[in-house]
Amino acid sequence: MTTASPSGISARQLRCIRDDRVLFESLDLQAAPGEILLIEGANGSGKTSLLRILAGLSLPDAGEVYWQGSAIMNSQLEYAENMAFLGHQTGIKEDLTPQENLAFLLGLHGTSLDTSSHRAKSEALLGTLGLYGFEDVLCRNLSAGQKRRVALARLLASGKQLWILDEPFTAIDKTGVAFVEQSLCDHVQGGGIVLLTTHHDIDLPHCEPTRIRLS
Amino acid sequence: MSQSSAANAFLRLVIRDLRLAFRRRGDLANPLLFFVIIISLFPLAIGPDPNQLQRLAPGIILVAALLATLLSLDNLFRSDFDDGSLEQLLLAPQPLPVLVAAKILAHWLVTGLPLICISPLLAIGLNFPFDALPTLLASLALGTPVLSLVGAIGVALTVGLKRGGMLLSLLVLPLYVPVLIFSASAIDAAVSGLVANAQLYILGAFLALALSLAPIAAAAALRISVD
Repeated sequence: MTTASPSGISARQLRCIRDDRVLFESLDLQAAPGEILLIEGANGSGKTSLLRILAGLSLPDAGEVYWQGSAIMNSQLEYAENMAFLGHQTGIKEDLTPQENLAFLLGLHGTSLDTSSHRAKSEALLGTLGLYGFEDVLCRNLSAGQKRRVALARLLASGKQLWILDEPFTAIDKTGVAFVEQSLCDHVQGGGIVLLTTHHDIDLPHCEPTRIRLS
Repeated sequence: MSQSSAANAFLRLVIRDLRLAFRRRGDLANPLLFFVIIISLFPLAIGPDPNQLQRLAPGIILVAALLATLLSLDNLFRSDFDDGSLEQLLLAPQPLPVLVAAKILAHWLVTGLPLICISPLLAIGLNFPFDALPTLLASLALGTPVLSLVGAIGVALTVGLKRGGMLLSLLVLPLYVPVLIFSASAIDAAVSGLVANAQLYILGAFLALALSLAPIAAAAALRISVD
């Protein structure tokens, strides 16, 4: 019996079965603070399933996921306080403005955006993501890439140590990709952990990701 | 995680859902319009005999309220499921039943409450005795939250399915029957000039039971649906 690593996220002997097909079996992985873990694989190889299991949204058919050495199933709230997840669906409400979306999603995690200084901060954040002037436009009027930028703003403002990102570069333009790559680097250099999947060739010169291939 | 943070999240979610509802006023008016149309069609179909209408009025109003609630139920988690907000709610460091309760409260405020507010007007149109109106309002006020709460469990179970509408009705309608029976019985008693306290107490007991258990059941069902 291997013991779970005390810091960061780790998984032991994960198995995932979808529609009678084994996507992966006996999968071990580990990411310590300061690490980027890039999960690669062809379409349908189970990348999204793996990320959802690691985020605690799905249950693995076997195995266990550990955060700071304790199983996430036993410490759900503690895990939730340290983890931010960005999936295929962004979690952005079409009928709210970027500002309102941000305020709600962060408020859910106990970060208040109600005071004017916080509001200025979130406006600045939306500005750096190229959404200056769109703070009060309903998200249904934004493009797919702009909506994803709102979701990324939520991620950047979340202040969580662990980021789990499923295809974060979808629909984002070149300058946006460069910005996100820089943010990922900054995050891990500040002691964060990033788990991500992507089909883009990402360019992370100063923080080479560890790669895991699902087949 | 402190209690104040959970209460704060509850409040934020209620406000967000109300704001979303008011940005989509068309959807908001749907169940209410349905309720008004059903009730106003009955006198046209069965004839304007005041005594007959008075006898049928409680049943018509309650069945219409039940169907209007059922019609609106699917909206409860559907859009959150489609745009990924539900995942974010599940991953928030807050007790999920509290968040589910907030969603149900917001849903009731935009569907159940308007029905209650407009029902006296429609009841008078059906020659409903004025003296029995308080009982009608009380039974709707106790009954419609139960419909929303119990319905939430069914929606939570079926939200992951592409066409869950039929299944939802099959799951939820049997559970609605006791509410229907005791509400109708209360109103019948009041129309006959009797005291309806017993039936209202039972409706109150249903509400207490649903209020304490339905959010927990719906939260568990949502985790299964999102899996």
